Amino acid sequence: MGYECVVCVKQVPDTTRVTGESMKADGTVNRAALPTIFNPEDLHALEAALRVRDQHGGHVTVITMGPGAAAEVLRECLYRGADRVILLTDRRAAASDTLATSYILSRAIRKLGPIDLVFCGRQAIDGDTAQVGPQLAEKLELPQVTYFEQFTDMIDRTVRIRRNVGNGWEILQARLPLLVTVLDSANQPRPPAAKKVMQYKRAHTMEELRRQLAETQPSLSEEQCEQELGRQVEQLQQRGLIINQWNLDDIQADLQWCGLSGSPTKVHRIQAIVLTKEGFTEIPPTEAGIRQMIGELIKDHTLG
Amino acid sequence: MANYFSDNEDLQFLFNHLDLAKVATVQEDNFHPSNSPTAILYAPTDAADAIDNYRRVLEITGQVAGEHIAPRAETVDLKGHHLNSDGTVTLSDAVRDNLQVLAQTDLMGFTLPRRYGGLNCPNVIYTMAVEMISRADGSLMNLFGLQGIAETINAFASPEIKRDYLPRFSRGEVTGAMVLTEPDAGSDLQAVSLRAWQDNDGTWRLNGVKRFITNGCGDILLTLARSEPDIKDGRGLSLFLAERGPRIKVRHLEEKLGIHGSPTCELVYDDAPAKLIGERQLGLISYVMSLMNGARVGVAAQAVGIAEAAFRVARQYAHSRKQFGKAIEHLPAVAEMLVDMKINLEAARALLYETCIVCDLENNNLRVLEEQNTTLSEEEKKRRKNEARGWKRLNGMLTPMSKYYCSEMSIRLTSDAIQVLGGSGYMTDYPVERYYRDARITSIYEGTSQLQIVAAVRGVCSGAFEKRVEEYEQHPFSEAPIQKLHQTLVEGKRLVIEAIEFVKGRGGTYMDLYGRKLVDSALVVLIGHLLLRQAETNERKKQVARRFIETGWPTLQRDIALIRSGDTSPLEQLTTLAGPPPGVN
Repeated sequence: MGYECVVCVKQVPDTTRVTGESMKADGTVNRAALPTIFNPEDLHALEAALRVRDQHGGHVTVITMGPGAAAEVLRECLYRGADRVILLTDRRAAASDTLATSYILSRAIRKLGPIDLVFCGRQAIDGDTAQVGPQLAEKLELPQVTYFEQFTDMIDRTVRIRRNVGNGWEILQARLPLLVTVLDSANQPRPPAAKKVMQYKRAHTMEELRRQLAETQPSLSEEQCEQELGRQVEQLQQRGLIINQWNLDDIQADLQWCGLSGSPTKVHRIQAIVLTKEGFTEIPPTEAGIRQMIGELIKDHTLG
Repeated sequence: MANYFSDNEDLQFLFNHLDLAKVATVQEDNFHPSNSPTAILYAPTDAADAIDNYRRVLEITGQVAGEHIAPRAETVDLKGHHLNSDGTVTLSDAVRDNLQVLAQTDLMGFTLPRRYGGLNCPNVIYTMAVEMISRADGSLMNLFGLQGIAETINAFASPEIKRDYLPRFSRGEVTGAMVLTEPDAGSDLQAVSLRAWQDNDGTWRLNGVKRFITNGCGDILLTLARSEPDIKDGRGLSLFLAERGPRIKVRHLEEKLGIHGSPTCELVYDDAPAKLIGERQLGLISYVMSLMNGARVGVAAQAVGIAEAAFRVARQYAHSRKQFGKAIEHLPAVAEMLVDMKINLEAARALLYETCIVCDLENNNLRVLEEQNTTLSEEEKKRRKNEARGWKRLNGMLTPMSKYYCSEMSIRLTSDAIQVLGGSGYMTDYPVERYYRDARITSIYEGTSQLQIVAAVRGVCSGAFEKRVEEYEQHPFSEAPIQKLHQTLVEGKRLVIEAIEFVKGRGGTYMDLYGRKLVDSALVVLIGHLLLRQAETNERKKQVARRFIETGWPTLQRDIALIRSGDTSPLEQLTTLAGPPPGVN
């Protein structure tokens, strides 16, 4: 028994540290000016999957789609106990919107073979669309439960899920396989485990190894380089320290659905909104004063 | 997203300042191939790799402390544990959650060798972890900080016992207790009377009562017992490993001033089966002494961690609280308190981590001597024995000094933190009253301050102090202001040495009477040197060293004058000066 779980995670710019240099003149994100982090809600998705595996057995496979540097979030997954991680990276996938991204992810997940559960974070803090999870479910032809908080029951192929509906929660029953999008109220993600960190800090993708080699031994010829790389890969492979890297060919993706050509979303305009403080309102500490304040807040849709 | 390692500038500073490469090299046996990552996947390849691992482990500990443990500390303090009718104890949910996250992050086998699933970290790194955990919840140190029990098993037990028990500690499946104290054997452990006898099968059985046992409801109980009924002193005692079972019952859970998360138990042994650790008769004189030394460093770190927590609240409060039209940090009396609190905290930390490094050098030399007894050359053995002996002598002074200095600092600092917060500090709305209650035990358990002084003063008077300080004095300083402070310390040492000679002429009782003042004076010199070293690389630390030495100097002079007064009236005129005992109505 046990469940085959897949978790989709994303490396995102840390939008909580936005500064004046975070946006380029053309309105796109200046990724170099922002530190990258593990998308917060994806950590909760990973935790939900790890708990299923810890309690019921099975495996947790993590997929991320992104540039080579996204291998860092995969190491973070290994530190927390993921069984297998895959970096989905390809220049031809650049500029993918949510539709293209969900298509590419669906191809990768199909390549994995039969699965029981797909976990996504509800949304990423860079785009805030919350679209990839639901679109991915459609492409995989899986039922979906959004705003997942916990499994209240898991009996064989039937699960009961508590989902947050904003002002309360409901419990749904569903059959596996299934996709869920996970909220940050679902759990408290586990910190990395010390021994796994000491072990998997050495886990790298081929691309990372190649770059390291170029930096540490720039005098090597191309042939020597490939030889040395082969030696390193063999050594790391034996110890399970090679992070799998797939491109669009590996997952047999139809290129017209990927990257720019697969992305119907067009950015119409980007506006930098600077919130400025304009004076203040004094609320008298009386019943009437409070009543008036609440009235105003409802009127400008801050409340309700 | 609080991380108690990355938000702590002083810990970060020490992590970079201390010679961790030297410690890592002895800890990892010079990175011998049998320990390499090809043999054990999480082993380091060289000193830089090992230090990188240490930093990562401390970051994890800092995250666990800040995000998981600290938010539960108030609940832990309010909710006690439950004594069940069958003599078992159910820990509160919050404490169980804490233990679970520590186990899941691999932090419960911090110093154990990798072959038993441990992280093989040196004591100095473990102590930093203990400090951070204690900052989050002082009482949790008593569970997290009991890893010395597994270390004692590792150091002295048979290979079978190690193989059976140590991996369970590393996985965090079990916690332990050191079961020493009895109703009539507290500071005087030679009086332990719990009986150990062998039944017809040769199985050891333990019978009797133990009291004030921290985590006595734990799974693995290292128990000091009298195996030789005819020998009445410490040489009649052996150390046993007893596993929790129906023949060991908790009879009572103590109600305490602080550290509520740490269950303090009275235990009844009813002919409980047990295993002998090491050799008979060495229980107290060898094994427990070693265990206690490690535990004393742990308590010192607990004291520093609690003080750090209290200081932060006081510092913040003094900055935001306004009285007389300004923040109270600008009131001279409050400013002085804040400065003294912080400087004493950093002074304590300097002493504590210096002690840890010495512990690591001593322990690793002893370990290598034992593990490689057959392969080392006679010459190398002799060299290592000499080295270990030197470190042991120094440690015999530094460990009790650290325990004494850090715990007294913590009690003073947490009390001052309440003072800074005034009425608010006395209320339970702020955590400082809890910090004070938690800190108060640190000068009592694992040997009172008074007993630490008895041990430390012997080190001060037997040459260990002089030798160490002379080594410090060799260090050349290039900057004039530091040189001047250095000169003050040289003069301070001269005064301490004179006082030592004076005290020696008056005998052991006089030495004990003035022990505290003698140790305090020696500490000004020792810590002064440590802070000067720190000042070499850090501008702020220059000011810290200056303030410490310049305020310590008059205190040293006063203490030396008192030591040389010859006054023994507390002994001769006890009844006159303290008055007769009032009696009980």
